[in-house]
Amino acid sequence: MTATPSFAPPASPEPVTPSMPPRIELRGISKRFGATAALTDVSMDLRAGEIHALVGENGAGKSTLVKILAGVHAPDSGTILLDGVVTHIGDPAAARAHRVAVVHQEPRLFPDLSVAENVFLADPPKGRFGEISWREMRRAAARLFEQLDVRLDVGAPVRGLSMADQQLIEIAKALSVDARVLILDEPTASLSAHEVERLFAIVRRTRDRGVAVLFVSHRLDEVFRLSDRATVFRDGRHVITEATRNLTTADLVRHMVGRSVTLFPKADVAVGEVLLEVRGLTRAGEFSDVSFTVRSGEILGLAGLVGAGRTEIARVLFGISHPTAGEVLLDGRPVHFGTPSAALRAGIAYVPEDRHQDGLVLDFSISDNITLPILARLFPRLFVRAATERGLAQGYTERLRVRMTGVDQLAQALSGGNQQKVVIAKWLATSPRVLILDEPTRGVDIGAKVEVHRIVSDLAASGLGIILISSDLPEVLAMSDRILVLHEGRVTAEIARSDATEERVMFAATGQVGASGDAGPGLPPFAAMARPAASSEATDVR
Amino acid sequence: MSAEVSVRPAGPGIGSRFVGMLGRSRELTLGGVIVLLCAVVSFQAPHFLSISNLSQVTTLAAIIAIAAVGESLVVMTKNIDLSVESTIGLVAFVVADILRQKALPGPAAWAAGIGLGLVLGMANGAIITLFRVPSLVATLGTLSIFRGLDFFVAGGHEVNLADLPPGYSDAATQSFFGVPLFVILAIIVVVVAALVMRLTPFGRQVYAVGSNAEAALIIGIRSRLVIFLAFAVCGLLAGVAGVLWGMEFGTIYATSATNVSLQVIAAAVVGGVAIAGGAGTVVGAAVGALFLGLINNALLLLQMPQELLQVIYGAVILVAVSADALIQRRERRLTAQGAIR
Repeated sequence: MTATPSFAPPASPEPVTPSMPPRIELRGISKRFGATAALTDVSMDLRAGEIHALVGENGAGKSTLVKILAGVHAPDSGTILLDGVVTHIGDPAAARAHRVAVVHQEPRLFPDLSVAENVFLADPPKGRFGEISWREMRRAAARLFEQLDVRLDVGAPVRGLSMADQQLIEIAKALSVDARVLILDEPTASLSAHEVERLFAIVRRTRDRGVAVLFVSHRLDEVFRLSDRATVFRDGRHVITEATRNLTTADLVRHMVGRSVTLFPKADVAVGEVLLEVRGLTRAGEFSDVSFTVRSGEILGLAGLVGAGRTEIARVLFGISHPTAGEVLLDGRPVHFGTPSAALRAGIAYVPEDRHQDGLVLDFSISDNITLPILARLFPRLFVRAATERGLAQGYTERLRVRMTGVDQLAQALSGGNQQKVVIAKWLATSPRVLILDEPTRGVDIGAKVEVHRIVSDLAASGLGIILISSDLPEVLAMSDRILVLHEGRVTAEIARSDATEERVMFAATGQVGASGDAGPGLPPFAAMARPAASSEATDVR
Repeated sequence: MSAEVSVRPAGPGIGSRFVGMLGRSRELTLGGVIVLLCAVVSFQAPHFLSISNLSQVTTLAAIIAIAAVGESLVVMTKNIDLSVESTIGLVAFVVADILRQKALPGPAAWAAGIGLGLVLGMANGAIITLFRVPSLVATLGTLSIFRGLDFFVAGGHEVNLADLPPGYSDAATQSFFGVPLFVILAIIVVVVAALVMRLTPFGRQVYAVGSNAEAALIIGIRSRLVIFLAFAVCGLLAGVAGVLWGMEFGTIYATSATNVSLQVIAAAVVGGVAIAGGAGTVVGAAVGALFLGLINNALLLLQMPQELLQVIYGAVILVAVSADALIQRRERRLTAQGAIR
């Protein structure tokens, strides 16, 4: 289909009087990191009582802007005005003193400290003698989470909590400051639909109190649902600022990439024989009685809310954790993987969700990262030959079109999208037959997302069986030949590509077993809000 | 001031909950093990629980405990201080030398010793935070430098008890209501340190820096200042330990307190201070020092073969630390399962 998906305009936001002085005004902000210009002469403003969306590809300068406002980076030139007063935000403490609160993209918490302490560490409530009042801290934290409608033990350590819970703690942290500017950098990346709704309600309430909200997001539907105005950055420059109601998705995408793009280029592929079969797989406390097959050339989508057990299944298939019941068959033969290396040898590769923690050694070069899992196979005689390594890395990076200065570049110097490609290259180097991708496009920009989709499609065409775990519904719908929907560790639906709609998947993901395609009266509220189903064909946005 | 024990609403059975609680509170586990150890050993060697033996063991353990409190602050920031033994040795010698030459009265000499410890700790902290040298390397260097200064000051001589003013060593044997003076001092140090760690922003920032340096940066914690202060406190407490060391042993050589750093670090680790930073308590470190002191003494009294003492001592440390790692992994798994809603 060539028409663009349309979105409802935001539900009547509070009237914003144009004559109000901006809460925060940026004038001619520039910032360079070495040879790269992260921001060039950027000017924009945030008004009191508005939600202002900031969109742009990765590398467009959004995060740099957020970090400048947070006091983490200092701009090279330009001025920041807070309520009309020129303000120097020298460090994060100064940002807090000026009541600028920031929720950073990836949760940065203290795993050893309690939930309550993570919220209040920067400015803990004090007792009579200036001592930290733990009782007051716990009470205040409990109150905040009550407002957020989140149930968390505020006395428990953060270690072991899910990404979603950690993100919620970050949000509570920002709300604990009586902010006049609230900056949310991709706050929904790891939240479930329900949690997103709660967050949006809170953000709207915060706006209505007169706070200026900057909302950075890759999810354009969220931009349309939430924001009053939107600003687009491209290559470190300001492109436009416009009332969201006057914009369409196509406008935004065009401004972001500066060219038209084809989304979701999934090619039709002849599906071969069954590679992997899972029967009644169970891991107590995580998921139970999961059965499915993956064929050669097929992409099986695993959909579900955060915490539905999708990643846990992948971890069992890859030998990281072990099932308590059920069996896994590879080429019809039962297999048991005690360790990931056993799974790798058998031809299963797993690209994990958190590429920083599990996927890449950031201090290693690109080529070292790519050959890491196959070193023993490459060099059975102990010594490593750099030329062989580089040649191999060269091949894969070219195939995946990694943008880099060379295979000797350090992984940490790459953008998020390119890092993700290196992670995929690394696992491709193991020549897998089944590839499990866990949120492969989380946090990458639209351009890189399209690239990843092209790569995944090519891989399926070359005969791999692919399991795609994704919380991005349009992505799952467009990329998958079949979709397995999980809810609280159980399979609630298996939907063929031709029958798949967002409503059906969401219906099953919320646990309505025996989901039908009809949007009946029992439909949960947010499914009704979901945008029209993306077509499985390529959507050409012009 | 004790470690916070959170109660999970529902969970696994009583038995595993109990193990879980022990796992969370290292101080309790160690306390239990110490009681058990005392019971078993006193059965075999009745002299173990005699006042004179216990006074001797706990006095030495108190000195190690004071140093271990300082060390645990450093370890909590994800650093390490290998130089404490040289600080202890140098301070002990300098204080004794001052007193031998009657250059200063007793209390002034002690204060000078503690001040010297503080300066040495600040030197460590400055090298590590200003020149960004990893603490393992920096304190490996100062371990040798401080010891070298000790040799320089000593000039090939030792200070004997006979050279010192009368009554110099009395403090080491004094006790109140049967509790040795040094033990009381150690308890005061531990209580003050525990309150600081629990109730002041500095204390919490020490944990924060070690737990996640990047997150600390983002909320505006001045990590390098916190690390510098941790080393300064570590030096100060090593200075205190050095003053006490001199009183305890009477005769002080340039090589006094050699190899004590490892005992101090072992006490902190056995006491539950995470070598990776961010977790543990000073109370745990002090209890760890007591535990190691008792083990050492018990091995002697049980007449273990002399040659094997070190092996057994080392094995005990390994068992304690690996048992803890296992319990923690198990705990984390339970927590993770509990998080699924």
